[in-house]
Amino acid sequence: MGLERLGETTIVTANLDRVVGWARKNSLWPLSFGLACCAIEMISTAAARYDIARFGMEVFRPSPRQADVMIVAGTVTCKMAPAVKRLYDQMAEPKWVVAMGACACSGGLFPTYAVIQGVDTFLPVDVYIPGCPVKPEALLDGLIRLQEKIAREAQGGAR
Amino acid sequence: MNLDALRVRFGAAIGEVTVFRGETNLTADRDCIVSLCKALRDEEALAFDFLSDLCGVDRFPASPRFLVVYHLYSLRHGHRLRVKVPLGGEEPVIDSVLPVWETADWHERECFDLFGIRFRNHPDLRRILLPEDFEGHPLRKDFPLEGVRKP
Repeated sequence: MGLERLGETTIVTANLDRVVGWARKNSLWPLSFGLACCAIEMISTAAARYDIARFGMEVFRPSPRQADVMIVAGTVTCKMAPAVKRLYDQMAEPKWVVAMGACACSGGLFPTYAVIQGVDTFLPVDVYIPGCPVKPEALLDGLIRLQEKIAREAQGGAR
Repeated sequence: MNLDALRVRFGAAIGEVTVFRGETNLTADRDCIVSLCKALRDEEALAFDFLSDLCGVDRFPASPRFLVVYHLYSLRHGHRLRVKVPLGGEEPVIDSVLPVWETADWHERECFDLFGIRFRNHPDLRRILLPEDFEGHPLRKDFPLEGVRKP
């Protein structure tokens, strides 16, 4: 980025990818759906006490067409997995996935026949947040890391 | 609740009747289950008009291995009865009681799903809780808790 003067006018020059990345990272629209107890923490994060709006992520959308972050908040059962995959497929690019909590990361305390052992078995996960359940602070931290990652991507860095 | 009339009618097909802490239990043979249930529902003094639960039990490694347990309630009289039917073999089969109580539909599907007990004459006997392509019956004692995962 730089400042240039052209006669009376001041012009800011910047790399387009960086500007787009900056806009994207500060306007994350999460898909609002929850699967288990982590969803309660996610709701709490969006409410007044933790105020996710401070970081530009508060626009929870009930439609996958309008969302760009999927927060997998809770236990994904084998029967639920096709529905989660379908929601992910319905989201427009660019899109990111956050695995919230032990269950979404690895199956958590359910190493059983009914539960998917980590959503990374069928979704490309960008950020893993440990916790059982995840505290709102940890979710905010995870989403801020996602923002950093999006900014890094825009600079041509690795995902 | 007097079950003597049933004993006269079904004879040896009805096993022992036990009462434990005020709960009446009846053991019955598999072959008479539909006619027995009809009698329990239609007999004026019994009038078990509500099948409040139907479940399976795996007693592995005991033999006979499976039980199907019917929990009956009479809305008219306010009394309850538990009917247990032992089933042997790896592929147990019993007649559906859907003609007697329609609510048996989903109960029997659940029992089939989790225990692999087949209900003869059930019109739609398919899995109800697990994914349709699931293999095995997870509430059987010899089913591994982690499931059988494909690599």
